[in-house]
Amino acid sequence: MHQEQATAAADAQPRLILTGIRKVYPAVVANDGIDLSVMPGEIHAVLGENGAGKSTLMKIIYGVTRPTSGHMVWEGQPVTVENPAHARSLGIGMVFQHFSLFETLTVLENVALALPGKPDMSDLARRIESVSKRYGLPVDPRRHVHALSVGERQRVEIVRCLLQNPRLLIMDEPTSVLTPQAVRKLFETLRQLASEGCSILYISHKLDEIQELCHSATVLRGGKVTGACIPAEETPKSMARLMIGKDLPACEHTAAPADGEIRLKLDGLSQASIDPFGTDLKNLQLEVRSGEIVGIAGVSGNGQAELLAAISGEAPLSEKGPVQICGNAAGRLSPDQRRQIGLCFVPEERLGRGAVPSMALSDNAILTAAVSKGLVRHGLIDFRAAKAFARECIARFNVKCAGPAAQARSLSGGNLQKYIMGREIMQAPKLLVAAQPTWGVDVGASAFIRQQIIDLRNAGCAVLVVSEELDELFEICDRIAVIADGRLSPTRPLAETSVEDIGVWMSGMWPGSESAATSTSNQ
Amino acid sequence: MEQSLITSMLFATLVAGTPLIIVALGELITEKAGVLNLGAEGTMAMGAVAAFAATHYTGNPYLGVLAGMAAGALMSLLFGLLTLTLMANQVASGLALTIFGVGLSAFVGKPFESLTLPAVPAIRIPLLADIPLLGPALFNQQSLVYFSWALLGGVIWFLYKSRAGLILRAVGESPSSAHSIGYSVIGIRYLATTFGGAMAGIGGAFLSVFYTPLWVEGMVSGRGWIALALVVFATWRPLRVMAGAYLFGGVMISQLFIQGSGLQIEVPSQLLSALPYLATIFVLVLISRNQQTIRLNSPMSLGQPYRPDA
Repeated sequence: MHQEQATAAADAQPRLILTGIRKVYPAVVANDGIDLSVMPGEIHAVLGENGAGKSTLMKIIYGVTRPTSGHMVWEGQPVTVENPAHARSLGIGMVFQHFSLFETLTVLENVALALPGKPDMSDLARRIESVSKRYGLPVDPRRHVHALSVGERQRVEIVRCLLQNPRLLIMDEPTSVLTPQAVRKLFETLRQLASEGCSILYISHKLDEIQELCHSATVLRGGKVTGACIPAEETPKSMARLMIGKDLPACEHTAAPADGEIRLKLDGLSQASIDPFGTDLKNLQLEVRSGEIVGIAGVSGNGQAELLAAISGEAPLSEKGPVQICGNAAGRLSPDQRRQIGLCFVPEERLGRGAVPSMALSDNAILTAAVSKGLVRHGLIDFRAAKAFARECIARFNVKCAGPAAQARSLSGGNLQKYIMGREIMQAPKLLVAAQPTWGVDVGASAFIRQQIIDLRNAGCAVLVVSEELDELFEICDRIAVIADGRLSPTRPLAETSVEDIGVWMSGMWPGSESAATSTSNQ
Repeated sequence: MEQSLITSMLFATLVAGTPLIIVALGELITEKAGVLNLGAEGTMAMGAVAAFAATHYTGNPYLGVLAGMAAGALMSLLFGLLTLTLMANQVASGLALTIFGVGLSAFVGKPFESLTLPAVPAIRIPLLADIPLLGPALFNQQSLVYFSWALLGGVIWFLYKSRAGLILRAVGESPSSAHSIGYSVIGIRYLATTFGGAMAGIGGAFLSVFYTPLWVEGMVSGRGWIALALVVFATWRPLRVMAGAYLFGGVMISQLFIQGSGLQIEVPSQLLSALPYLATIFVLVLISRNQQTIRLNSPMSLGQPYRPDA
């Protein structure tokens, strides 16, 4: 509808200009003198590693936090954004990385909460349907959010923003939870919006996406602008150099050895979920052999949490047989007993599951390595050995922290993940099960963690990786399977499949699956 | 004879259940915003003594109710200051509020110990009160019994029909999301907590001015705790709160009738006195075992302090 506006963008004034934005938190300077300007109809990428200050900058624009100093000019007028409601009244919308939806409310109620005044509910439902039709974002306003898939939830967030006719849309890492097909649809929507004159700020660390979608990019490192570029004129490699300041180390990956012994076997694993909104597991079959890495792809919420709980022992089964670890029927064993027969486990949730937030790193080491590293003698804790183990782990895995006595919660997400991975890997497991091993970890540290997993496999360990990041799975795995709606696909050697195929499988449509014949994609 | 017994038992049941309904509905609103205020018992005690004193000096029971409401609101504002502004632990602060309220009410109430108030006449609703059997029990009642029904309707309308109620539920479910779309989590929680305290104060006022028009130390006798339990066992649903409150009242009155009837039964009176508590919890647990409804109705952030990052 603003077609003329988009074509006239070249000589129009910028929609948003930021000058000298600085945000100081007690321990850290998150933004240090950031300048940025966005034109109408422009898709502008903000690129940077975790902790580079991208999210802080977006929160400042959206009024969630206030800058310590700096100026913002919106459509030619200097403004101070007081709060998100003020930002929305200016025409700024934001789609959050971690969705800000209320699970027990309906889509309609969620949208109504974000709109000013008292919208008429039946009229609003009609508006939601018309917007979702126009931009190809199908959502049913009457459904409860907890029953929606992650892709659908993101659509709700976007529709919620679009109903307010935003002139600037901020997207914070929008594709981290989507299937490749859903990403393509999202890009179409964003291009359509931009062609109508809406400016888009697109936050990501995925270089190929930025290259495909964005008109221009600003690169942040350590809270400062380190460069600006036209993504179409760059290569992913040159943008990576701008982003992390050096070349990206590549993972070395050799072919899997000949058949090793079976370390993990799922034999018809079926289990109802403990969580009423969870996914029940239905007749899962899987084998993981020593010396290989098997990946399980899938959009989160399709049974990953239940599968991991069944393997780790957090949700023991009623029968022994369906989970076999290193030749033992382990279905009814406790997590501790499973560790003793060779399992090591890295949960997705770092604080609270992988580590106790308020305990020191060395104490956290005792929690899983007490037996395998001999940190307990005659029923008493050997604190000296625990400290030495923690110190070795910190050194070998390059964990940035104040030492073995540092509280787990004081570490950044990436550093804590390195520590937890290190703690498990150094126990020389026979079977390692890792969930989202590099989720939220920056590019450099991710490459390091992946290399460590590959080294562990080369040493003869069997590794199962459950991840939503297809790129990661394709980088490290020997074989790959997909979990969808509580069912597990057959595994395929990496050479015999592609990101495209796996993307289709992720909506439950693999050859021979029940839904391949009947249902349509749930994305 | 039989008919008048049923009518009078029904009448007494409604009266016994009324303070529980008022207090529990107030606490329900507080908890729906994510605040767990365990201070209901102490707040009721303060409401009771304030209402008694005000009625004693002014002679007007409704000024007494207002005084009880104000005392309850003040108590909950103190709780709000501790837990919402100063971020103290909600469970510990709530327990402290109960101990504080029970103790302070005994201290303030010393001069009123031996006094009584004139009984407040019931309000008879013409025509409806003439319905046989039910009429005299339902429509010849204390004003606060009618108030509790209006409150129930108001709470249901507020929570499920009004925009303000939607915002309140959103805050209780995910304060960080509510903050990120621009609602004042702390402000909304203060309002909800104050409402809960005011209702607990009215519940206390009902006890000391209408139910038994006198002031005795410890006269709340655990009703605050029962109201708290009702909210949880009713899975945060207003109609079930009312059902639970009347069930409690009904069993309470029945066992009193049995104890007072002189029937020779081989059951210790202590067990009979415990019966209403047991029966209420048993029935409510039975009817609310469904995990799905618990998950859909319970406020996710209950008891967790929220600090907006500035």
